[in-house]
Amino acid sequence: MPGESGITYDARGLAEPDADVPKISDIDDTCATFDAADLTTRQINLELRWLLYENGITDVTVRNPGAKHSIGVGILQRCRIRFEGSLGYFGCGLIDGPEIVIDGRVGWSVCENMMSGVVEIRKNAGSLTGAALRGGDIVVHGAVGARTGIDQKGGTILVLGDAGMNNAFMMQRGRQIYCGDVGPGLGDSMYDGAIYVAGKVTSLGVDCVEGEVVDVDHELLERKFSIYDLGSPPTFRKFVCGRALWNYDNLEPNERKLVL
Amino acid sequence: MCGIAGIIHKQGATADIGAQMTAMLQSMKHRGPDSTGYALFGPSADQIVIRFTLGDGHDGRGFGMHQRVERDRAEVESRLAKIGATVDRIEGDTDYAYRAVVDYDGDLKPLADYLEDVKGCEVLSIGHSLEIIKDLGDAETVADQYHLAGFDGTHAIGHVRMATESDVDISGAHPYWAYPFNDVAVVHNGQLTNYFLWKRRLERSGHRFQSECDSEIIAVYLAQKMADGLPLADAMHESLDELDGVFTYMCVTADALGVAKDEMAAKPLVLYEADDLVAMASEEVAIRAVIDHEIDTSDPYERQVLVFDR
Repeated sequence: MPGESGITYDARGLAEPDADVPKISDIDDTCATFDAADLTTRQINLELRWLLYENGITDVTVRNPGAKHSIGVGILQRCRIRFEGSLGYFGCGLIDGPEIVIDGRVGWSVCENMMSGVVEIRKNAGSLTGAALRGGDIVVHGAVGARTGIDQKGGTILVLGDAGMNNAFMMQRGRQIYCGDVGPGLGDSMYDGAIYVAGKVTSLGVDCVEGEVVDVDHELLERKFSIYDLGSPPTFRKFVCGRALWNYDNLEPNERKLVL
Repeated sequence: MCGIAGIIHKQGATADIGAQMTAMLQSMKHRGPDSTGYALFGPSADQIVIRFTLGDGHDGRGFGMHQRVERDRAEVESRLAKIGATVDRIEGDTDYAYRAVVDYDGDLKPLADYLEDVKGCEVLSIGHSLEIIKDLGDAETVADQYHLAGFDGTHAIGHVRMATESDVDISGAHPYWAYPFNDVAVVHNGQLTNYFLWKRRLERSGHRFQSECDSEIIAVYLAQKMADGLPLADAMHESLDELDGVFTYMCVTADALGVAKDEMAAKPLVLYEADDLVAMASEEVAIRAVIDHEIDTSDPYERQVLVFDR
């Protein structure tokens, strides 16, 4: 990327200050495919950007991503990307618009701060899936680790397998749908949003309570299941914020003095 | 940050675990370039292998260093003889790290204490099949230096270190041998907050700690429990309640490889389980460094303890 070559020396040999776009893709009209086995993280991301931003490609297939970290990040336009293999940590973070299919597992913090789009993960996901998610859908066909959707501010996370502990920690908006069992501390300190669980809940976190599943919820669940071709949804319980920790209208004593 | 890795071949199969562990650790170099360590299990023998260092080798290489090390080495050899160990051979891959093969059937504690009484001598491991190799630099540097490619064995753990709690030197590098119990070693990713409490407790029961590193207590803690009669899995379960802090650690014994995660699931671990082997690491790239086909991996959950037998 222009303007990114500020670093010229890296004593630990870990950064790639001088990576060039490899330009190795097979391009067919608006589709492109490339093999990432021998490419570094930076080269893969440069190749993706080159295809999407400079060649008008809308459909990219990446073969052998090899569980490398930080792949497919910061893509800000509508497109389709398919990863044939696993991604490492921080995959597909900071994206706005793409529809991504990952035919493998992902490590920690996939889709961190995603703004919009769809990411479908065909196998398991690590912890912190969809951390600070702002919008869009994340569908995980396998299990997820701990702290899924921590600080979530919008969008939907749909998990077909089990989940670890402290999911929806400090969640502020959006929805989480778990078809399997979830670990302890579900919805701890959540502000708002809704969590749907079809399996067992080990324990609820502070100020997370069970809510009533109403028509709007059924409509949402059926819509999401039909979009992703998942059949008819099982029976879900719903968990929401108990609002016992809400203190938005209460002023601190010294603040009150100022107001008076 | 640190990165840890483990691999165990099942049904008694052996492989070039030296090369495999090097590939796994090298792929995680970005998690810790300060030092790299290996705990490798070769074929079990009647003889005992002692890995020890004489001085760090990375500082104080002043005038007369060579003579001093040579004198200390001779002293170690004579002390081995005095305590009743028959020295088969002593080899040195560097001028400060040695590997002694001895016949000895006595208690290991007096042996280790007697050797470490030589100034600058640190015993890295003692065992019938365990060998701990650790030094500064990345995995390939250490593997080249110690000729680890071609080390056949059944299971291994390794560690790449980003030093946060103590110095960058060999004694601060993982894995840690569970002094004075043979064939037990531990690697750890995380921090222990009740380290001093356990260090004092274990020191009162006569154990010595060679480093200021919090991870060293895990090895001794587990080995003590096993010596008291607990199976490895039970000892590891107890550690979840008795050790405070964040951790994912791996423990190896002559027959098994165990891994435990703390109650907050704060440190990463990726697990790959197949019929013929189990591989695990802080990152999936490390597993893919030794498996050449598409695989399914998973993340163990909080408070999970898994033990795999060879």
